[in-house]
Amino acid sequence: MHFADGAVPEDYLVYVRRKYFWIMGGLLFLFFMLIYSISVGAVEIPLCKVIQILSGQEVTTKWDETVSSIIWNIRLPQALAAIVAGAGLSVAGVVMQSILRNPLGSPFTLGISNAGAFGAAFSVIVLGTGRMQSTVANAVIINNPYLTTMVAFIFCLLATGIILLISRVRGSSPEVMVLAGVALSSLFTAGTMFLQYFADDTQLAAVVFWTFGDVGRVKNWLELEIMAGVVLLAIIFFIANRWNYNAIDAGDETAKSLGVNVERIRTVGMIIAALVSAVIVSFLGVIGFVGLICPHMVRRIIGDDQRYLIPGSTLLGAILLLISDTAARLIVAPYVLPVSVLTAFMGAPTFIYLLLRGYKR
Amino acid sequence: MILSVEELQFLYRNRKILHEIAFSIDEGEVVAILGPNGVGKTTLLKCLNRILHPKGGAVHIDGENLSSLGTMEIARRIGYVPQRVETGRLTAFDAVLLGRRPHIKWDITENDLKIVDSVFRLLSMESLRLSYIDEMSGGELQKVAIARSLVQEPKVLLLDEPTSSLDLKNQVEILATIRQIVLQHRIAAVMTMHDLNQALRYADRFILLKGGKVHSHGGVEVITPQVIEEVYGLPVIIGEISGMRCVVPGSPVWDCNTGYVASK
Repeated sequence: MHFADGAVPEDYLVYVRRKYFWIMGGLLFLFFMLIYSISVGAVEIPLCKVIQILSGQEVTTKWDETVSSIIWNIRLPQALAAIVAGAGLSVAGVVMQSILRNPLGSPFTLGISNAGAFGAAFSVIVLGTGRMQSTVANAVIINNPYLTTMVAFIFCLLATGIILLISRVRGSSPEVMVLAGVALSSLFTAGTMFLQYFADDTQLAAVVFWTFGDVGRVKNWLELEIMAGVVLLAIIFFIANRWNYNAIDAGDETAKSLGVNVERIRTVGMIIAALVSAVIVSFLGVIGFVGLICPHMVRRIIGDDQRYLIPGSTLLGAILLLISDTAARLIVAPYVLPVSVLTAFMGAPTFIYLLLRGYKR
Repeated sequence: MILSVEELQFLYRNRKILHEIAFSIDEGEVVAILGPNGVGKTTLLKCLNRILHPKGGAVHIDGENLSSLGTMEIARRIGYVPQRVETGRLTAFDAVLLGRRPHIKWDITENDLKIVDSVFRLLSMESLRLSYIDEMSGGELQKVAIARSLVQEPKVLLLDEPTSSLDLKNQVEILATIRQIVLQHRIAAVMTMHDLNQALRYADRFILLKGGKVHSHGGVEVITPQVIEEVYGLPVIIGEISGMRCVVPGSPVWDCNTGYVASK
């Protein structure tokens, strides 16, 4: 069977160009938002100064040196952490929604975030990593962040491992994965509550503080590099698999008839998405909402085609978390609000508006 | 001979669903798989392109054993149209483009777009190109699914009850199109069907399943009242209307309304 009389339809090319236009627009907006985010805060830095220093111009005055140090040591890592975490959580969400064939798929649905929170609580309360000290901004610092991060990470992986084991026994069906995730999620929440019940005041505060996700928690460039590396590799992997996810969206049978090994794509996709979530959650704490809602916002704007949905969600996740983090620093300055609160405050009304408006024609 | 099936066997939880299935199909043929609900028609169809893995026997396509081919290689040879088509926020063009998946390396090429365009013309659905499939009617959606399987450029097309959710006009349109494509492009189509009259009209050959086995297999001559009654457990009358063979439930001694069987 062969078809030779076709031509590339012009109207389709226009349609595709519009999708790329959205994505390029998002990229541009993210860049400007990054510069703006760096310029605002307790110390206002003019936009041109930010660009000057980022482009590596020599610092001459004492003031320039201070500004340069603020940018390179505080603002830039924090903004980049917001971008990396937002992108990672959102892309993990969009892939989970596809491979689980469930619009509620997200790092939360599978109990990964809750497992991380339990791990942190375990570390703080049982292993005693949670004595805190107050700072000017009234924030609390966990005195052994590395151990806390490690334990949180281990529990995230444990949750993923259990889900994969269960789905291995019962065949990789999306229902089994989702339901196992919901069960684990409740189990870890109960576990956290159990630990909190026996904790003293300071430990309790430390645990609660940990669960307020915060992108300012990155300590150094190494942490940022680890996160960025994992997220970047995952995004490349997901984009490489975009046709497979499109096929799975068309139904398991269709996907199989198109030569897609559905079970393997599902399992490997789950592992990668879980790994991304685990890395972000254990470094920054629980940041909800982005992973669940960002993909749906993008769906409402550019549709369900994974070719555009994956890059679109990555960008919107990054943008939303960066805006939230910037707003969190500005609203009640000098205090810093937990970014996860801001994402939901800003994202939920936007999402409800998009739901009501329906799809863009 | 484009497709041949030998001693095919399928087990589900150690229960034999299909056994001793054997038949072959030539190019240019439309074959109907008939039989009552739950007899394994869909299962047989899915065994033909290894959506399900048969436990024994062999399926050959153009002389190649399917079990020696990779999943992508099978997908380049056999197209499949499922009974239920999933929708999403996709244009019809993108939904059909997905059928090029077995041929795509990293990204689609201009050739892929041309093939999709060509199939849209073939099925005269150019006007649907940029329509979203989640806003389509059942008939349009079925056409999209058929178009998707055609852009795979298959040698054999498998269709699971292609007309079950369609109105009369759409049924006729879809089946006539399939028949025309099969003849024109020298491929073969295998479809499971419930409507014996549509099968008689659009299929060249018939495979009747009973109890997980092939009960009868052949051309129009196998569709006799006796065979139908043995397979479906229901007496029928076969007659001709304007030169077309028709199957009607009932018999001179059996009342369709009451199910009453008069003594012969």
